[in-house]
Amino acid sequence: MTDLRIHDGPSHVPAPDPGEPALTRRSFLRTGAAAVGGMAALAAALSPLRELSSSDLPNLDQFLQKHYKEMTPDQMERALERIRAQVEERYRVRPHLRDLKPMDGVEFVYALNLSRCIGCRKCVHACVAENNQSRSPEIQYIRVIEMPRGTLDLEQGNHRYDHPTVPDANHFYLPVQCHQCANPPCVKVCPVEATWQESDGITVIDYDWCIGCRYCEAACPYWARRFNFTEPSLPREQLNPNMAYLSNRPRDKGVMEKCHFCLHRTREGRMPACVEICPTGARKFGNVLDPDSEVSQILRSKRVFVLKEEVGTLPRFFYYFDERYPNSLDPEAIEIARRLEREEGAQYGALPGSSGPNRDFVASAVAARWDAPFLPGASTIDGGAA
Amino acid sequence: MKTYLRFLWRCFRLSFMGDGRYYAWMFLLTVVVLFGINAYCKQVVQGLGTTGMTDQVSWGFYIANFTFLVGMAAAAVMLVIPVYIFRNRELHDLVIFGELFAVAAIVMAMLFVLVDLGRPDRFHHLLLRFNFPVSMLTWDVLVLNGYLLLNLHICGYLVYCAYRRREPSRAFYIPFVFVAIVWAISIHTVTAFLYSGLGGRPFWNSAVVAPRFLASAFAAGPAFLILTLSVLARFTSYPVTPKAFLTLRTVVTVSLAINMFLLGSEAFTEFYTDSAHGASAHYLFLGLHGHVALVPWIWSAIALNMAALVLLFTPWTRRLSVLQAACAMLIVGIWIEKGMGMIVPAFVPTPLGEIVEYRPTLNETLVTAGIWAGGLLLYTILVRVTVPVLSGRLTEDQDFSVALGNESGALAGIGSHGTANR
Ligand code: SF4
Ligand code: SF4
Repeated sequence: MTDLRIHDGPSHVPAPDPGEPALTRRSFLRTGAAAVGGMAALAAALSPLRELSSSDLPNLDQFLQKHYKEMTPDQMERALERIRAQVEERYRVRPHLRDLKPMDGVEFVYALNLSRCIGCRKCVHACVAENNQSRSPEIQYIRVIEMPRGTLDLEQGNHRYDHPTVPDANHFYLPVQCHQCANPPCVKVCPVEATWQESDGITVIDYDWCIGCRYCEAACPYWARRFNFTEPSLPREQLNPNMAYLSNRPRDKGVMEKCHFCLHRTREGRMPACVEICPTGARKFGNVLDPDSEVSQILRSKRVFVLKEEVGTLPRFFYYFDERYPNSLDPEAIEIARRLEREEGAQYGALPGSSGPNRDFVASAVAARWDAPFLPGASTIDGGAA
Repeated sequence: MKTYLRFLWRCFRLSFMGDGRYYAWMFLLTVVVLFGINAYCKQVVQGLGTTGMTDQVSWGFYIANFTFLVGMAAAAVMLVIPVYIFRNRELHDLVIFGELFAVAAIVMAMLFVLVDLGRPDRFHHLLLRFNFPVSMLTWDVLVLNGYLLLNLHICGYLVYCAYRRREPSRAFYIPFVFVAIVWAISIHTVTAFLYSGLGGRPFWNSAVVAPRFLASAFAAGPAFLILTLSVLARFTSYPVTPKAFLTLRTVVTVSLAINMFLLGSEAFTEFYTDSAHGASAHYLFLGLHGHVALVPWIWSAIALNMAALVLLFTPWTRRLSVLQAACAMLIVGIWIEKGMGMIVPAFVPTPLGEIVEYRPTLNETLVTAGIWAGGLLLYTILVRVTVPVLSGRLTEDQDFSVALGNESGALAGIGSHGTANR
């Protein structure tokens, strides 16, 4: 074993005076000038910071605020009061903000009838209005994908379908949002435990604790998470003042957010906004621990399935086809779509604002996979469950 | 204690002294650092929207560079292993330069994580609620900091002993050297697990990621050291023997060959199977539905790496200039392969099948360049201070001017010193 011998230097140079060389007047001036120049350049480099508004900086209370699970009731009340004051200052509305805990004996589950969904994207917009998302750029929790019949390969779906009327006869519509997984990878990866699963099955985020690393966004197999890449902008008159700490209170720049099953509604016994708005009744929501709830009945009687079962995250979001009419969408649902068009004069298939920061190079989506020929009738899921 | 402070003060002063070329180099780096700071300040004010990242491609250039640098840091031990395991004495004085580079690389890697955070003001949350051992990111924080401390200790101790003209006590550093060897492998493995542990991203969810990371790191790291050592040989009196270069060349060649083999296995699995899971690989190598942003990158990386590999196998690379060229090529090649080629395609298409391409913005590029310049600045200073100490021109009992005086003399006698002063 060798060792690091590093004394191979020249044999002793006599060193009579170990003192430092004195600074001469000239070198002093030169050093001074360099230092001044350097400081000036540094100041210039830092100058963009002048545009930081006071709301960008955490105030002391927010800085010292503890993790959600560590706050005493008193501290929680202080935090709520601070947020109320901030919302009031910014939006001139006194919010109805509280911290809602999960109810005992409740586990929420979602079921979505793909045979009824007409792809009108009303849920997308209702969600944005309910949950105080940024409007520009618009952050949306729900993505509706237009899928060719006969496949569940998401790469064949179209995210940016844009027709005057829906549904399109050759497609079905697959809305995706947070699946509130029972084995959520997003929770596992968060380095600071800013996101966790609650006893009623909802995975929540403490927006005051998230450090914005976006690891959870990379981990989610359902692309359910959204990040505030810029300061969220929400017009004053569009603020929804009914809010909870873990759900739809306004967020800051640089933090993660996602669907939380409208817990400020559902923990008080109401339905999520997307369920309420859905014109065809494709969306069902409820307590799976209650055997008489509609979702319990659906789970028992329909052929439900989950997306990407192979990734093993155990979603609480179930899909089913309930098709009495194998080659078209439910005529009753289509009828509803036509009536909406007549009565409201709206074009429901039109493309809403994009999610995330606007990017001019945002590409259009996939129409068909690169090689596999489309096999009509290769459907494995469709089936009459009349 | 007083001696130690005086040592630090002398090092500090020394870092401001050098010839014209030294000043020009440091001035250039400082300017780039200032541009980087300026760009980062803009990012702090406006948010990460100043980068090319989106909800679809939520990690980009910063994390790519982070990954690459962790590998470079890990590769410092590829100098240590031959010295201690194979008792290769040619390299043993040079180990310290590898470890100094590890220090600089880790600092850069951590800065890249820092600038990637949406809320850097909440960094302390990591101390207050640490999701260990569940989150791989917390493992990474631990191993990176541990590795930084280990290397600081080893180099700091050896350099300080040389300054005091003391024989370093083996008990004080040999155990740390061995820990550092294992630790170096761990930092890059943990970083690979950060990605390969995500079931929702099939492109990353592969067991070959960690070995591939190690192989590519063990090629790029020593290649960088070859470049550093040739700068040292050229501009200082520090003895670098040809044999040291040849040993490093062997390490680089073998690692690069293994890396290309693993890349090939990966590509085979993806393309021969041709399942829907191969969409990201398809996007990377061939493009997907007309989206081809990464295709030129990955093919230039492969071309650079292959060319470097061929060169390394030929006797031409026994000439230093050719060896340098091959090293530069493979560093760039691996930087692309592990950065743009490893991080970005995992996000394209998204788990819901949407294709959104990623392109770094100018601001993001400036921040990245700033961090690189800062790291090189740090490394230059570390080397600048270490060389006179190790060659015995800056020691406790010597006049400060000896350290300076000899420097210009050394510059005159480029390379001729070799092993002369041993
Ligand atoms: S869908 Fe995604 S964000 Fe929602 S719980 Fe599952 S992994 Fe987490
Ligand atoms: S972005 Fe926030 S919630 Fe997501 S992993 Fe990072 S700290 Fe946790």
